[in-house]
Amino acid sequence: MLAQLSNSNFLVIQTLNSLSLGGLLFLLAAGFSLIFGLMRIANLTHGSLFMLGAYIGVSLLEAGVPNLWLAALAGGVATAVLGGLFERLVLRSLAGNSQGQVLVTLGVSFIVADLCLMLWGGDPLPIQTPESVRSPLRVAGFTFPAYRLVVVALAIVVAIGLYVLIERTRLGAMIRAGVDDMPMARAVGIPVSRLFTIVFCLGAGLAGAGGIIGGPILSAYPGLDADMLPLALIVVILGGVGSLAGAFIGSFLIGFVYTFGSALVPDLAYVILFLPMILVIAFRPTGLFGRMGA
Amino acid sequence: MVIESAPGAAALSAGGDADVLLRLDRVDAFYGDSHVLHAVSLALRERRVLALLGRNGAGKTTCMNAIIGFLSPRGGRITLGGTRIEGRSPEAIARMGVGLVPQGRRIFPSLSVRENLEVAARSAGVSDPWTRERVNELFPRLRERERQAAGSLSGGEQQMLAIGRALMGNPRVLLLDEPSEGLAPLIVAEVGRTIAALKAQGLAIVLVEQNLRLALDLADDVVILNTGRVVFDGPASDVRDNDAWVSHHLGVT
Repeated sequence: MLAQLSNSNFLVIQTLNSLSLGGLLFLLAAGFSLIFGLMRIANLTHGSLFMLGAYIGVSLLEAGVPNLWLAALAGGVATAVLGGLFERLVLRSLAGNSQGQVLVTLGVSFIVADLCLMLWGGDPLPIQTPESVRSPLRVAGFTFPAYRLVVVALAIVVAIGLYVLIERTRLGAMIRAGVDDMPMARAVGIPVSRLFTIVFCLGAGLAGAGGIIGGPILSAYPGLDADMLPLALIVVILGGVGSLAGAFIGSFLIGFVYTFGSALVPDLAYVILFLPMILVIAFRPTGLFGRMGA
Repeated sequence: MVIESAPGAAALSAGGDADVLLRLDRVDAFYGDSHVLHAVSLALRERRVLALLGRNGAGKTTCMNAIIGFLSPRGGRITLGGTRIEGRSPEAIARMGVGLVPQGRRIFPSLSVRENLEVAARSAGVSDPWTRERVNELFPRLRERERQAAGSLSGGEQQMLAIGRALMGNPRVLLLDEPSEGLAPLIVAEVGRTIAALKAQGLAIVLVEQNLRLALDLADDVVILNTGRVVFDGPASDVRDNDAWVSHHLGVT
């Protein structure tokens, strides 16, 4: 283990892996956190939307969509629409019954998993790295897989976009008002139900697009949903519910913890992963950046 | 003096229906199994201040919650300008013209002062609507703190913000729930002057208030609740002249 840590190539590569996993986690966790913060629903379909995005990406690329970026865009729109329908048709009718809503999201996640297995089979389906970023970068004697850097850059761009949307627009202020005090937001006339749909579509779209963008790193396989969902959950608990900054920092933190944990002490990977979460719950229950209890 | 009258009788008898803006008609409301409002009736007229008085737990805030739609009455009706609003969502009721300044102010703490006003802005179809500019003229302190997080304001400033936020929706009826609660006397006087100014501008106001002096100074009409029932409904002047009786019902000495 010490030998590995003193190997600078190992460090650089694992750091890059951590960052790219962090970027993917952010695409997943940002929406999860906003949905949880605004609607008080732990949306357990969020991992399914990520996996569904990955599979849709595979099919879109097979069907001749010219590149991964377009596939991610189209897949993101598709999962956004599916998420919006799910919110309108299913979650809406369970308004006020958060236990029922969580159980429904769990049930739907099983259904999605089975449907994916039926439609795409049980073998992992790889997604090709886009041609333009396939060749590795060589800097100062180190070789970087360029695509991972692109993933990190993309996550940062999305983070900035979301920041502007949430912190700098009236729509974003309405969403934050809903996170602060939902009944009061309604009492000043904020159309909360429309916000729910918007935020749910946004979160679902980001998750789906994230699945496709993560494809070249993770590929699409049965169980991808169950692998990603706990990570998003931990990120949100660490960062604080409804906090974009928390989701961002939490994602990269977990990216590092998970990557280095699995590489150095694979037997204890989950211990290393869940330990910080337990500490945060014990000592700072609203998360590192949270302002409200979950 | 109308004591233990049939609920709403005084309101109905006092000069017709035409200028009634908000009416509760035999409203029954429950929290779970506990029956909180018993056939409560009251009427708020155009350009008037109605003080809703009563001891703690008499049902004043429950009335407000029923009007804004936080709570669906199980019986009776609530009308705004003749349209029934009971059972609708709070956002729909707010959009129909009810503004709430709730107990405890409940400004959005993580939003800036300016954002607190912006998220509530709605002016469709109103001539000379309330805007951020006008709210800032009413409360110059809010302009100074425009970019500050609302949670960092003092209690008095938060109260101003809560009132300003309600005005931004350009309500026809303003519900003020304990606006003087927890404020220093100087600030209470300022809140009182603000309410008087809003009334002078033609707003109809329901005022729930523990500060009896403030309430009676501002009110045209008074409704007193006791354990969820209307025990008095009449002009404020009747109450002003009858200290012993008021003390009996409000538990003040």
